Amino acid sequence: MSIQVEGLSKTYGQQKAVDNISFKAVPGKVLGFLGPNGAGKSTTMRMLTGYLKPTAGSASLGGFDTQRQSLEMRRILGYLPENTPLYTDMYVREFLTFIADTYQLEKPGIKVKEVIGRVGLGDEQHKKISMLSKGYKQRVGLAQAIIHDPRILILDEPTTGLDPNQLTDIRELIRNLGKDKTVILSTHIMQEVEALCDQVVIINKGKIVADSLLNELKTKHHTDSLEEIFRSLTN
Amino acid sequence: MYAVFKRELFSLLNSMMAYITIGVFLLVSGLLLWFFPDTSILEYGYAELNGFFSLAPFLFIFLVPALTMRSFAEERREGTYVLLASRPLTDWQIILAKYFACLTLIIFALIPTLLYYYSIMQLGMPKGNIDGGAVAGSYIGLLLLGGAFAAIGIFASSLTKNQVIAFALAVFLSFIAYSGFDALGKIFAPGIPEDIFVWLSVNEHFQSMSRGVLDTRDLVYFITFMLLFLGMTKLVIGGRKW
Repeated sequence: MSIQVEGLSKTYGQQKAVDNISFKAVPGKVLGFLGPNGAGKSTTMRMLTGYLKPTAGSASLGGFDTQRQSLEMRRILGYLPENTPLYTDMYVREFLTFIADTYQLEKPGIKVKEVIGRVGLGDEQHKKISMLSKGYKQRVGLAQAIIHDPRILILDEPTTGLDPNQLTDIRELIRNLGKDKTVILSTHIMQEVEALCDQVVIINKGKIVADSLLNELKTKHHTDSLEEIFRSLTN
Repeated sequence: MYAVFKRELFSLLNSMMAYITIGVFLLVSGLLLWFFPDTSILEYGYAELNGFFSLAPFLFIFLVPALTMRSFAEERREGTYVLLASRPLTDWQIILAKYFACLTLIIFALIPTLLYYYSIMQLGMPKGNIDGGAVAGSYIGLLLLGGAFAAIGIFASSLTKNQVIAFALAVFLSFIAYSGFDALGKIFAPGIPEDIFVWLSVNEHFQSMSRGVLDTRDLVYFITFMLLFLGMTKLVIGGRKW
């Protein structure tokens, strides 16, 4: 159940948002997808989830092509989009039941209960989503991504706007998920990469500038500071 | 697809808009049919429902877009469409689920008006003297007309993130489809151009069904009309330009 990206490109008019990128992610190793704002992280992730059509190249998730076998691919995919869009007029439990129903899961009630416990939404489960704080909304976002126990997880900036306590909780959760699933997460917080990721892919202006294991990257650049490496590669 | 349909229907029923729309529809049609002397059936002297069936399309021109305006416009504004698009659902399933949710509400709006039918049946001389076939035809026609306007409304909603623009555009397009083509046809002398415009007019096909004759040509017209607008919606949504 790996993610394979080959020569993926997306062009908007003259501008190349993503330019011929290739990389691979494997189960059990969390892949950190880094890059400055506007480097093409979200565009790449949207192509991986089949939401956007690539201009060229292809990607496959768990062997399913994102364009040709889109529906099968989406069954094994959990996706947390950027800015965590949610139906804020729904109640937490109602929303998660709706998501479970879109996968036609058996016993959706039990699945919803499980996932609420897993992301720590117990006390908030009867509230309207619009009433929740940013951190809890983020948890609902994660819950909708993992409710069907996907083999592959794509998380677009999963920890923006969280306070330090919430940060620790969510990171712990992602680390646990990463043990047996293939996880790609995008971020520009370097401590997060240190805390969570095994493999690092850095993109800048749509092109890949680094793709290696975290410790290999450090030895290669003769420094322990990821921040320094990031700056030297993207500046 | 059923999950999305259910969510859409519940969210419409939670949003007040559905109650206002159905309420206004019943209030206005009730007032015009039974209370205002100029248009009242009681003053008119004939126990028939034609007044209602010529009034309802005009109410639909304004009320159906009010039901459909948020369907895609809100998803665009809130960025929530990606939540649906990353599930194992095709674009068509999502569009149809939203469409049928709106259509269900149109049916909810029409059900109480069966009371008018019952009242008039009781008022007829002798009792029960009403052309049931024509009424049934008119109701089917009204439902298809509502379906056609809902397709226009869903399409308009997919074009913009602004619900007000979606509403205005849908009202305009529905009006053109209902009366505009008729009026255009009248510019020409009887002949082929007039026939084409008259054939394009929703009103023409609705009138034809109101006579109580279920002509397959009218059915084909309405189904083609709906598929055309839903197909255009699919093009807009599938393009992901937003």
